[in-house]
Amino acid sequence: MNIIMILYYVITAGLVLLLGWNFLRERKSANDLILGLLVLVPLVLRLLRVK
Amino acid sequence: MSAPEPEIMAHPARLKAVLAVLFAALTVAGGVPLFKHRHYGMTFVAGPGVTKVIKLSDYSPGLKGSFTDPDVFILEGAEPGGKALLMADTHANEPAGLLAVLIMIENTVVEKGTLYIIPTLNVSGSRNTKAGDGYPLYFDIPTDWGKVRFRMGTRDASPLESWPDPDVYIHYPEKQMLSYLDVRNTNRTWPGRPDGPPMERVTYAAMELMRKEKVDIAFDLHGAETMFPVTNCIVAPQKSAKIATLAAMTVKAMEGYDSHVEPSPQNFRGLSHREIGDYSDTLPFLLEAPIPFLDQPTGPKTVKLLLDGKDPFLLSLAGKKKLFVAYDEKGWPMDKRVGQHMSTTLEIIRQFSKKTPDKAIRLTGAPKYADLVRDGAGHYYRDPAKAAPDRIHYE
Repeated sequence: MNIIMILYYVITAGLVLLLGWNFLRERKSANDLILGLLVLVPLVLRLLRVK
Repeated sequence: MSAPEPEIMAHPARLKAVLAVLFAALTVAGGVPLFKHRHYGMTFVAGPGVTKVIKLSDYSPGLKGSFTDPDVFILEGAEPGGKALLMADTHANEPAGLLAVLIMIENTVVEKGTLYIIPTLNVSGSRNTKAGDGYPLYFDIPTDWGKVRFRMGTRDASPLESWPDPDVYIHYPEKQMLSYLDVRNTNRTWPGRPDGPPMERVTYAAMELMRKEKVDIAFDLHGAETMFPVTNCIVAPQKSAKIATLAAMTVKAMEGYDSHVEPSPQNFRGLSHREIGDYSDTLPFLLEAPIPFLDQPTGPKTVKLLLDGKDPFLLSLAGKKKLFVAYDEKGWPMDKRVGQHMSTTLEIIRQFSKKTPDKAIRLTGAPKYADLVRDGAGHYYRDPAKAAPDRIHYE
C-alpha cells in the first residue's frame, strides 16, 4: 500500500467520523439521518477492505 | 420562526437506534457476500502434465505477498523444444479463457517443449465484481461428477489493490494518455515496470517470465461483445501475422468456425498483442471469442446468459445487422467459446512448430473445438475429491 492510498484511507476514516458525528447530533430531519447512513455504507465497506 | 419538528423526530434516540440497526443489517447483508467472493478459492487440479507450480512474483518481487500475485502452472516435456505462455482472466469477466486453460492444466501432457499457464493474470479483477451491472458473483460448470464453481470477476482490478485512480492514466513508457480506469486494466499496462502501479507490476512480471525463460509464443485469451468489431478473431502484430493467418484459415477449413485475423494497431499502447511483441522476442497472439453477456443492450446479466449466450435483444439486433458475428436462437454457448480458444491455441502452436521445427511444442490430451461442443467443458474437469492433496491448488 503506497502513501497516497494510506492517505485516502485516512480521509475515508475522517469522513466516517464526520458522518457519524452528524448522525448523533441530528435532531430535526429524519431524511438527513437516512441519507447520512446511506452515504456511510460504501465508506465503511472500503475501510473494512470489503469493496 | 423554525419549522415544527415532524412527528417521526419526536423520539430521536429511538429512531436513531432503529436506523443504526438497519444500517448494520444493510452493511452486513451487502458486505458478507462480497467478502466471501473476494476470498473464495477456485479449485484447480494439477493434471499429469503439470511439473511445477510457482508464483508470478518469482519473476518480479514487487508482487510478492499481494492479492495480485497469480499462480503459474508449468508443464515441461521430456524433450526440449519451444516455449509457450498462456494467460487467461486478463479481463476476469471474460471467463472462456480461464475455462480453456483449466482444461489444459488438468488434461494436457507436454511431450516436447514447455507450457507456462497463468489462469488468472488479473487475480484482483477476478476477486472484484461489477455490482452496478448486477453481475453474478459465481457461475457453475456442470461436470460428469458434480459441478465446478468459478468466481465471476470483472474487467479491472479492485480498488482495494489500486486506489485512487488517476485523472488520466499515462502509459509507461510510451506516455500515451489512456482512460483513468486503465490503470487497473491488465490489458493496458503492458509492458509495465517493477515499481509502478499494481497492474503494471503484474504485466512487468509476465514480461520478465517471457524474457528470462525465452518464451517463443504467448497467448492472451479474451472475450468481446458481439457488437464490438474486434471479436471472434486473433489479434496479432506484424511479426505474428503469418502464423495467425495460417491458423485462422486452418480452423475455418478443418474445424468449421470463423476466427479471422485483426492487425494489432501500432499506435494504441499498453495492449498485450502490441507490447509483448515490441518489448520481447516473444510472438504474441490475443484471442477474442464472442461473449453476449458483455453486450450493453441485453436483458439481465444472469449466469444463464453468461453460459448460453442467448438474448432476445441481441437476436433482434442481429436481424438488423448490428452485430459483428452470426447470431441466432442458439446464442453463443460457453462450450463453443471455450472450444474456439482451445482449437485456435492448439493450431497456432502447431503452425509455430511447423515453421520452427527445432523449437516445436508437442502435446497430447487437449480436446478440440468439436470435442468441447459435443461433450461440454465440464466433461474435462477433474474431481478434486479423487485427486491427491498435493495436486490441488486454490486460486
